[in-house]
Amino acid sequence: MKTDVLIIGGGVIGSAIAHQLCKYNVDVTLVEKESDVCTGTSKANSSMLHDGYNVDKHKLKGQLCLKATKEIYADLCRDLHVDLNIIGSIVAGFEDKDMETINHQMEMAKENGIQGMKILTREEMLAAEPNMNPEVKFGLLNPNTGVLNPFELTMGLAENAVLNGAKVYLNTEVTDIVVKDQKIDSVVTTNGTFYPKVVINSAGLYSDKIAAMAEEIDFTVKPRKGQYFLFDKQFGDHVKHAIYSAPTAFSKGMIILPTTEGNILAGSNAEMLDDKTDFSTTADALNNIYGTMIHKLYPKLPRMGDVTTTFSGLRAVSNTEDFIIAHAKTVRGMINLAGIQSPGLSSAPAIAEMVEGLVREVGQDLDWSEKKDYVIGRPEPIVLNKLSYEERSQLIAENPDYGQIICRCESISKGEILDAIRRPIPATSLDSIKRRTRAGMGRCQGGFCGPRVVGIIEQELGISPLEVTKRGKESRILAMRAKELALQEGGSHEKIKL
Amino acid sequence: MKKLNYDIVVIGGGPAGMAAALEARKAGIEKILICERGSKLGGILEQCIHNGFGLQYFKEELTGPEYATRFSDQVEASDIDVKVNTMVLDIQEDKKVIAVSRTDGLFEVETKAVILAMGCRERTRESITIPGDRPAGVMTAGTAQRYVNINGYLPGKEIVILGSGDIGLIMARRMTFEGANVKGVLELMPYSTGLVRNKVQCLDDFGIPLYLSHTITKIHGKQRVEAVSIAEVDENKNPIPETEITVPCDTLLLSVGLVPENELSKKVGVELDPVTKGAVTDEKRRTSVDWVFACGNVLHVHDLVDNVTQEAELAGNAAAGYIKGTYQPRKNPIKMTPGNNIGYVVPQAINFDDPSQKAIKLYMRVKSPKENIKMVIKSDKGDVLAEFKKDIVEPGSMVNLTLPTMKLTEDISGITVSCEE
Repeated sequence: MKTDVLIIGGGVIGSAIAHQLCKYNVDVTLVEKESDVCTGTSKANSSMLHDGYNVDKHKLKGQLCLKATKEIYADLCRDLHVDLNIIGSIVAGFEDKDMETINHQMEMAKENGIQGMKILTREEMLAAEPNMNPEVKFGLLNPNTGVLNPFELTMGLAENAVLNGAKVYLNTEVTDIVVKDQKIDSVVTTNGTFYPKVVINSAGLYSDKIAAMAEEIDFTVKPRKGQYFLFDKQFGDHVKHAIYSAPTAFSKGMIILPTTEGNILAGSNAEMLDDKTDFSTTADALNNIYGTMIHKLYPKLPRMGDVTTTFSGLRAVSNTEDFIIAHAKTVRGMINLAGIQSPGLSSAPAIAEMVEGLVREVGQDLDWSEKKDYVIGRPEPIVLNKLSYEERSQLIAENPDYGQIICRCESISKGEILDAIRRPIPATSLDSIKRRTRAGMGRCQGGFCGPRVVGIIEQELGISPLEVTKRGKESRILAMRAKELALQEGGSHEKIKL
Repeated sequence: MKKLNYDIVVIGGGPAGMAAALEARKAGIEKILICERGSKLGGILEQCIHNGFGLQYFKEELTGPEYATRFSDQVEASDIDVKVNTMVLDIQEDKKVIAVSRTDGLFEVETKAVILAMGCRERTRESITIPGDRPAGVMTAGTAQRYVNINGYLPGKEIVILGSGDIGLIMARRMTFEGANVKGVLELMPYSTGLVRNKVQCLDDFGIPLYLSHTITKIHGKQRVEAVSIAEVDENKNPIPETEITVPCDTLLLSVGLVPENELSKKVGVELDPVTKGAVTDEKRRTSVDWVFACGNVLHVHDLVDNVTQEAELAGNAAAGYIKGTYQPRKNPIKMTPGNNIGYVVPQAINFDDPSQKAIKLYMRVKSPKENIKMVIKSDKGDVLAEFKKDIVEPGSMVNLTLPTMKLTEDISGITVSCEE
């Protein structure tokens, strides 16, 4: 398959680059090894939009974060219909020595040209955050910090690219990159061979592996794991801002915030790993996060019970601890992005713009004229919970599927689930549907809607329920038809023996 | 938006909702609507195809669907309106219920009273924060029950079950019938939390081991469950690291507790009991909102559907009485307090404004198992109102005691129920 630009990896960075390049008459293809976009680092993070008040502007990541202003993001989120709340952040100080951190951050904010920062007294802190532990002494407010929905942002960027002609291949893993005469010849995948003029390696945790398929490389990418709690929506307004705990001897500071969806997200620790597939949570880390941060800041939040879920995210950390965004050293037509950890989400639009510049350097022969029929943004996904009763009535009258509630915790209708399956990048697994619609993301975690969503996928895709997965590949929900096993001879009878 | 008008809206068409509606109809209320989110009446009984239902209420042994049919036949023969595939979205303070379905779209019901009968949901792996990988193959026992009994699919072949709740025990047997190998049941507590008869009939009879004071410490598997780590816990329920072993399996079923589904109740401001997680009610199942009544598992989690039915009849009768103005609750009801070794008591208050009621049934759970004890009901004046000898009491089996109303004198303002040696 021929294409002008092949993007490897459908995280927020790959999707943002696809979105950026699709403005032009450049033929863009994106390949993703998983069954959906937004399944790696982009899926599990703190979902924050940093204004860069405390970044090091001598580093690339600092520069790009400062460049992607909240105005740029506001426009992007408006066009893509992605929820973005500028809620402000507060560093909470519980020890006198935390004032040093705050003063230092004030200095950095001044240097980075950030406006509106303010030191809060204890009284101001408790007025801003009435549920916070009253032992708080002071805080530092930054009114510019936001939270957004990272799934919808990634999906929105990728869907816009598809609407503008990009091709997205899911379940497509790159297995080799063929270089001839120090130029990219082809990219071999589990889904055919591509012949691109330019390859963009935005493979996240695996960008070192991909880069090394083309040449010898001098960087590494390792996963840094962070674990999180997500609390039930009944605590939705318990926390008003994005609250940083001040750094301690044990941790460099954690965050607790209200998500755009109305849950409370809290985390995370930071642990360097070797295994890039280890998304496990651990009792020690969860206990530590709860004890040193969550319980200390908001004593009413529970350790378990009204916890919607706990999860881990893996950030892709390069050996330079900075973003690496550059041409391959010895191969023409390959651009590597590595180590896009925090503030990667905040920097995504600026990264995409920078990458466009790099692509132009090696792709002078591409057609850089702007698309005449360019589609801005994407159609707004229907979310019944955001509509008035009258608007909902109207929709149900037109399409009764919007009147059939499948997920009782989040009140998600069959119509919304079908929309997710039929969107430009189709949701074909339970987790994909969950990320697009929130069906299964509520307090029963799919206990009620799971079997029903399996039924909808079965009907809509015309597959057996045995083929329906949690998140693609071998993550099947069901093992076999009832009665079949009972009719088989033999079988295991081994019990647990203690 | 369509607008309807009823005297009583019953939310939930399971055993509680059906019995409450039928009783209110018997008491003379004519315009009753049941809203049921499933495709037919019966609620969770629809997937409970095992027997053991109705021993108390009908004095015979029925399956879940049979028990449900006893009531759904009566509802269908009556002039009670039923809307299935209908989800109630809101109960408003101005006595309006908002619901939605494919056929009716979004509609509003103006009503005089509401009976809450939404049932409960299962605790999840996430809510008890079991650490480890997050593969497919971890599900609640009730979800597995639906996959097997309604959809006709088996979730796995090598099963470990965490929690000795009744659904977990029932599913241990059900999965065994299906040819799966249930490797064992682990229970965090030092006692089984399900009914004794279920432990005997579902585990012992099939040689499935139950390990008390054990828990899952880690789930293994990137795509599908491959194994679980298990460990014994100490008296503070903390895993003892030296006891940890890893057991290969492809499925982990959870039966780790049920939580009443009170999201709607909260919307209309019904006061909830922090222990039961259901409404605070009096002996007629009146909540803190005078036109809202509650019964069944949305009020407190029952072991036996027979008790649900009886409780729902109280609520149905009380809702009818409220509409007709029959009853006049006391200004200062008698407050019920759980005493020694008692987790909770339902009702939480007694108004005693119905002279026809000769006795009040008190439902409760003990905190820990005890043998050869007395259950004592005492007034705040120090008088023993009733006393019951029990050979054995366990948290997994709800205790119900009968309090004769002739003992309720005007001067009593509080009653305590305790377990005494």
